[in-house]
Amino acid sequence: MALHEVLLQQLFNGLLIGSFYGLVAIGYSMVYGIIKLLNFAHGDIYMIGAFSGLIFLTIAAPVIGAGWPSLILGLLISMTLVGLLGVVIQRVAYRPMLKAPRLSILITALAVSMILYNTVMIISAGRYRVFPAEVGTESFFIGTLRLTETRIILIVAAFSLMFILHMFITRTMYGKAMRAIALDRDTCQLMGIDVYKIIAITFFVGSALAAAAGIMAGVYYGTIHFFMGFLIGLKAFTAAVIGGIGIIPGAMLGGLLLGLLEAFGTQIPFIGTVWKDVFSFAFLILFLIFKPNGLLGRSESERM
Amino acid sequence: MAENKKKPKLTTPLESIIESLFRFFDNKVYRYTALFAASGFLLILPSLSSRFTQEIMTNLFFYVVVCLGLNIIIGYAGLLHLGYAAFFAVGAYTTGIMSSRFGIDFWLTLPFSVVAAVLAGLAIGFPTLRLRGDYLAIVTLGFGEITRLTIRNLDITGGAVGLIGIQRPVFFGITLNQISHFYYMFFILAILAIFVSYRLHDSRMGRAWEYIREDEDAAAAMGINVTTSRLYAFIIGSSFGAVAGSFFAAKMTAISPDSFMFIHSVMFLMAVVLGGMGKIPGVVLGCIIVVLIPEISRDIGQYRLLIFAFMLLIIMLYRPQGIWPDRPTISAKE
Repeated sequence: MALHEVLLQQLFNGLLIGSFYGLVAIGYSMVYGIIKLLNFAHGDIYMIGAFSGLIFLTIAAPVIGAGWPSLILGLLISMTLVGLLGVVIQRVAYRPMLKAPRLSILITALAVSMILYNTVMIISAGRYRVFPAEVGTESFFIGTLRLTETRIILIVAAFSLMFILHMFITRTMYGKAMRAIALDRDTCQLMGIDVYKIIAITFFVGSALAAAAGIMAGVYYGTIHFFMGFLIGLKAFTAAVIGGIGIIPGAMLGGLLLGLLEAFGTQIPFIGTVWKDVFSFAFLILFLIFKPNGLLGRSESERM
Repeated sequence: MAENKKKPKLTTPLESIIESLFRFFDNKVYRYTALFAASGFLLILPSLSSRFTQEIMTNLFFYVVVCLGLNIIIGYAGLLHLGYAAFFAVGAYTTGIMSSRFGIDFWLTLPFSVVAAVLAGLAIGFPTLRLRGDYLAIVTLGFGEITRLTIRNLDITGGAVGLIGIQRPVFFGITLNQISHFYYMFFILAILAIFVSYRLHDSRMGRAWEYIREDEDAAAAMGINVTTSRLYAFIIGSSFGAVAGSFFAAKMTAISPDSFMFIHSVMFLMAVVLGGMGKIPGVVLGCIIVVLIPEISRDIGQYRLLIFAFMLLIIMLYRPQGIWPDRPTISAKE
């Protein structure tokens, strides 16, 4: 393949992987924006989403098959359930800690993350599990670009979810309340906004999106694993920082950008797939040094 | 945000038992008697016990050294460090590479391992700490993973197999190669770490850390350079880890990436948080719990981390100051 054909292929791959990163990064960034918590458990929520999709498909396959219709049904059910799980975690673990020192809530988040992945590790016996989706894997070409039906549907689905979220944030009262709380929680409370309810909704939406990303990753990669959330949690943070943490369009942009960087990075001879994760971590450090507010962030210093 | 939590003090029976136990040690006479008895016992222990016991105790001393280093970062400066195993690896691999590949004497590798830790600490700490304290948590988490990947993929670190043939240290003509030698070596290191921790806590820097931890803005207003002070805590703490890593390499004579996983960082963190962040006896108690529980009940196996995670959550929700916390001085109480 000629160079520009390789690059075109990597552009598509990067956008696809990047849209997964973006979906996870949105939840990360939303939670950070609203309660200033680095939610370590968010990557594990993504992993739980993938496993709940697997469980649904295993149960539903004999009845309605494991094709696209049952996959979409499974996606919606998993998003709801995992969203509720996010709300429960928020209620049990984070809400009592909101006024505690920052260190305490960070350690709490770490504990939640460990509880989630260790539970799944024990249940899944620590093995890779085949994601039982039966979807088209036949490839076809547009020009030189090799595509499959699955990849196209995944990328369309991911972008639609981002679009729906964008509408939710910008066009509904709840979205408005979220943005207001991110600016000033105490004043919102004085204005009669039910802050705790909005925080719960934020966790629901963020977790549901992460679950969706988890299921899509399951379909895309074909196997899932209890530790799959660890690296994507880091990637989502990187994406959130690239776009500007707390800024939702920034998280989407950061996710896509990081996906592209990785896809093109693997083409650079010295980097390859072995150093892919090191490469994106280096980007995180570079962004923290040179553009800590991210691409879309305002460059004013933070006020307490 | 200065939101002080004014909760009515709830005291469960268990808590009051713990409190009265610790109050016993408030008395100086009792405290020093207990301390001397304990050190005397630990000094003669190797001649009384099996290799197995000595191995566990050596591991315990090792944990004390590592966790006191981590305590400087978490307990003193109030920063969350989730990649401590990586700094430990930096020390272990510096000594490992110099010793096994170039045949350099163990003691001469120590300064290099500190330098390596300081450089790594600067590379991670400088961009992060000038922004927000809590970014450090996730950046160190990433650094831990990246370090593991790097030592797995480089040739000089021996890849996934690791390094073998690290030389034993020679101490005044004695080659340290018995478990009892290492028992005493780590015992001395632990005492040294405790001493240094106390001196740091009472130093000007230690007070600055405490101030920043309690109220960052007020500390900055009083002329404390928040970023620099935090960076010092991060680097000093990381160097502790690197030195412990060097000694670890010398004891094991072979190291591989598997010794420096995220789970090790978590175990160190557990020990610090469980006992009581910031207080040295608390950290020692935490180390005892973390090292001994898995030894006592080996069958919990795969549930060990899950149990620890639940303990961490419960401690944070109900007793965030840890089992044996730092008791505030009278003037600091209200």
